[in-house]
Amino acid sequence: MGKPNDLVQGTLDLLILKTVAPEPMHGWAIAKRIQQVSGEVLQVQQGSLYPALHRLEQQGWIKAKWAESETGRQARFYSLTAPGRKQLAAETANWNRLSAAINLVMAEA
Amino acid sequence: MRWLAKLRMRVTMLFARGRAAAALDEELRFHIEQQIAEYRAAGMSDQDARYSALRLFGNPALLRDQARATWSWSSVEILLRDLRLGVRGLVRAPGFALIAILVMALGIGANVALFTVVRSVILKPLPFKDPGSLVMLYEHGSPENDPAAAYYVVAGGIYAEWKKLNHSFSSMALIQESDVGLAGSGGQLSEKLTALHCTWDLMTTLGVQPALGRDFNAADDSRSANGTVLLSWSLWKRRFAADPAIVNRTIYIDAKPYTVIGVMPAWFAFPDARTELWTPVYHDEPAAFMAMLDTHAFLAVGRLKPGVNAEQATADLSVISRRLHDAHADNPFINKRATSRPLLEHMVGDIEKPLYVLLAATGCVLLIACLNVANLLVARAAGRRREMAIRTALGGGWLRLLRERLTESFLLAAAGGAAGLLLAYGAVAWLVSVRKDMSRVEGIHIDAVVIAFTVGVIALCALFSGLISAFSAKDKQVFLTLHESSRSAGSGPSKATLRKVLLILEVGLTVVLLTGAGLLLKSYDRLRSTDVGCITSNVLTMQLGLPGARYKTPGPGPVNFFDELLRRVRALPGVEAAGLVDVVPGGGYEGDSSFTILEHPALPKGEGLDAMNRAADARYFAAMGIPILRGRTFNENLRLDKANEMLITDSFVKQYFPGEEPLGKHLRTNGRDYVIVGVAADTRFEIGEPPRPMKYFPMANGEMNYATLVLRSSQDVEQIALPVQRVMQSMDRDIGVSDVLTMNQLLGKSMLDESFNTTMLAGFAGLSLLLAAVGLFGVLSYIAAQRTGEIGIRIALGAQRQQVLRLMLLDGLRPALFGLALGLAASVATARLIRTMLYGTKPLDPLVFASVSALLLLVAAVACLVPAWRASRLDPMQALRME
Repeated sequence: MGKPNDLVQGTLDLLILKTVAPEPMHGWAIAKRIQQVSGEVLQVQQGSLYPALHRLEQQGWIKAKWAESETGRQARFYSLTAPGRKQLAAETANWNRLSAAINLVMAEA
Repeated sequence: MRWLAKLRMRVTMLFARGRAAAALDEELRFHIEQQIAEYRAAGMSDQDARYSALRLFGNPALLRDQARATWSWSSVEILLRDLRLGVRGLVRAPGFALIAILVMALGIGANVALFTVVRSVILKPLPFKDPGSLVMLYEHGSPENDPAAAYYVVAGGIYAEWKKLNHSFSSMALIQESDVGLAGSGGQLSEKLTALHCTWDLMTTLGVQPALGRDFNAADDSRSANGTVLLSWSLWKRRFAADPAIVNRTIYIDAKPYTVIGVMPAWFAFPDARTELWTPVYHDEPAAFMAMLDTHAFLAVGRLKPGVNAEQATADLSVISRRLHDAHADNPFINKRATSRPLLEHMVGDIEKPLYVLLAATGCVLLIACLNVANLLVARAAGRRREMAIRTALGGGWLRLLRERLTESFLLAAAGGAAGLLLAYGAVAWLVSVRKDMSRVEGIHIDAVVIAFTVGVIALCALFSGLISAFSAKDKQVFLTLHESSRSAGSGPSKATLRKVLLILEVGLTVVLLTGAGLLLKSYDRLRSTDVGCITSNVLTMQLGLPGARYKTPGPGPVNFFDELLRRVRALPGVEAAGLVDVVPGGGYEGDSSFTILEHPALPKGEGLDAMNRAADARYFAAMGIPILRGRTFNENLRLDKANEMLITDSFVKQYFPGEEPLGKHLRTNGRDYVIVGVAADTRFEIGEPPRPMKYFPMANGEMNYATLVLRSSQDVEQIALPVQRVMQSMDRDIGVSDVLTMNQLLGKSMLDESFNTTMLAGFAGLSLLLAAVGLFGVLSYIAAQRTGEIGIRIALGAQRQQVLRLMLLDGLRPALFGLALGLAASVATARLIRTMLYGTKPLDPLVFASVSALLLLVAAVACLVPAWRASRLDPMQALRME
């Protein structure tokens, strides 16, 4: 049995996109936010977080910018790009369809 | 615009990689600090917060690598890192790297050079239009069933009938090579050139247009037309300064006027690169000669009609020949059928086999080189076993380590290949300069295909040598390797099994090359020591041609000139003897004619006698040291019509006057009767060919306006060349002199093919012998080093030095012996393949096989002796302490 934070890769991407959608955020905050919002169920490990962030950046979904963090230190803030926004919409729709389908199957059983 | 963003990203990642790496580090540090801050806020002490944060974070180096792996260009980055590692590894072992690269360079260089030659000469189609439908046409001489008679020259009359009556060729041209004298003009000396007499449609048959001016037309090609000539590009540049106004100018060839009508393209070489002039054959030769059915003097080239194959076309021509033969049943010299072969085969048929043999030899050298490099790599891998085992234990992937090895062998092969390409460039340039006589030599150069071939060879070598070494390492026995303490006294000889197998192959291939070279060497030696039948040292020969317009034949002009020339030359200081002949011994077949013996009963219809022709002056035989066996030489006072004496050779007597007195008998030939006054000893017309019956006409009959002057001297014979030429120029400025060679040079030139092939193959064999010796030395040194501890113990326990020496020697010589046996078996097969290249040498010559075995064993013993001796001199205390 896998740990609860063992996220499917595509799912982590979706979560990151969704999390940075409202406002730019640095890596540590993204991990924290996902953890909080999910009620401490989803724990994003650094080992997956940073490769995922860099991959999304290479893909052009998100962009990074250096800015002052809440503690006054320079941090790398990620924000959604226009194509990223489109991607998020598509992924969200996809996720909804998939989870609805899974729910249907689970309800039937 | 996502692609634009991605592109920008890619560019950034390519050029600002360092900045991105720093940013990543900073980002990760920020993350940890953030975590520490959180823990501290939760009430932990500074130190606890730090430790907990780091523990949660995991391995920062790994994390950094994982993030970096998502960046674009990371595969390039990894490749570069591998290359950097590889280069660093090789630089750390410069001796190993240098030897491996050198070995690869020699192997690859030799292969690329030979491939370049084979491709340019044999594989590339001829540069003419639709070259596949061009065929060379011949008559099949007699005897009918002799394959050696299959490709005889064509008679003019036969060609005319072929051309008129055939249904298979869209066009057909006649050619005849000849040496002509180009008259001096504008301060330039006259010179002798190779010209091609051809029918007017030769260029259209080949599908080639002159680069300048016009082609021949039918009107040019007749006895009554004005002389016309096409120049080669090189002649035009060399002699006429590439002056475009050359067209319509008149030049003098053999003292007759010819109008230059055009210049052929620079690439055009037909039939070979030496040909510099093309003139219409029906203009140059008398009509009667062109109509003869039994005087074979030409070659014909034809272009097949679409849809007709060479076999059908040849059958078509044979029907015509047969009809002519039957219509003149009393003439035995009209051939019955036609033969053909592709034009390309005609041009390169003789050199195809030797070239392929040499290519195979270089292939062997390359294989040996690869085996050697693989051997070195295996040794290197063995030295790094512990390092590899540790890396495997730490999680180094098998594929990753394999890739590193292949990168190393690829680096070696690439460096070797680059050096090899340079080597090949030099070798090809050298070959083109020494083998001007080879057909299509003008087209040999390194091009894109050759470069691609080089790259392919490099890849193959890299894979071959890299994989062998990769699979030799026992990566899976990590535990065992790590466990193996420094006390490796137990490591036995089995450790080097793979290397020994490689050595056996190497030695085997070397033996094959050595045997091939040995056979060719012996054959060449036989050839060189053949007695051509005359004195060859201190003899100078030079060919001279008299301008035909002023020295008409038959006539007194040439005879007077020759008489005066001989008189003046014989008076020169240093000249011991001088004579004239049309073709010197070893100078080729040249010509023959039919004859009848007047004292013998007439032969039945359709049969005839035939012998080779030579023309000589009376004192030629004495000058060349050719013994007159019976009778005497020509009477010098008989000239022109009165010169009716003839000499015949020993084999002529054996064939046509068996048990009979030849002196005083009469021969009727070329429309004149001659009386036999003497019998000369045989000379060979070609080295490697048995002498044939020959008849000597008197030069004084005035039928020849060209000759070879032969001079014998007691001093350095080359020093008299200049005075003799000065004498000639003082007599007539227009005399064309060429091929000023000593007899030995001339014979050497005729054996150029053989000497070239032999030298090359011997070189390759020597090279591979050296490589095999290096391999043996390397393997045994390695084994000795590995067994240092064991040997130390043996000696400490009382083993004699000689015993150790013998032990080690045997260990090294065993693969050599196996390899020798293997190689000898393979040699038996290869020797049969090169049988046709051998002269007077059996393919299974026991002496060659024995010497090769002895040489190989000697070299192997020497190569093994040094490491074996060193092992036997070990100081046991030091050997044991070294562990």
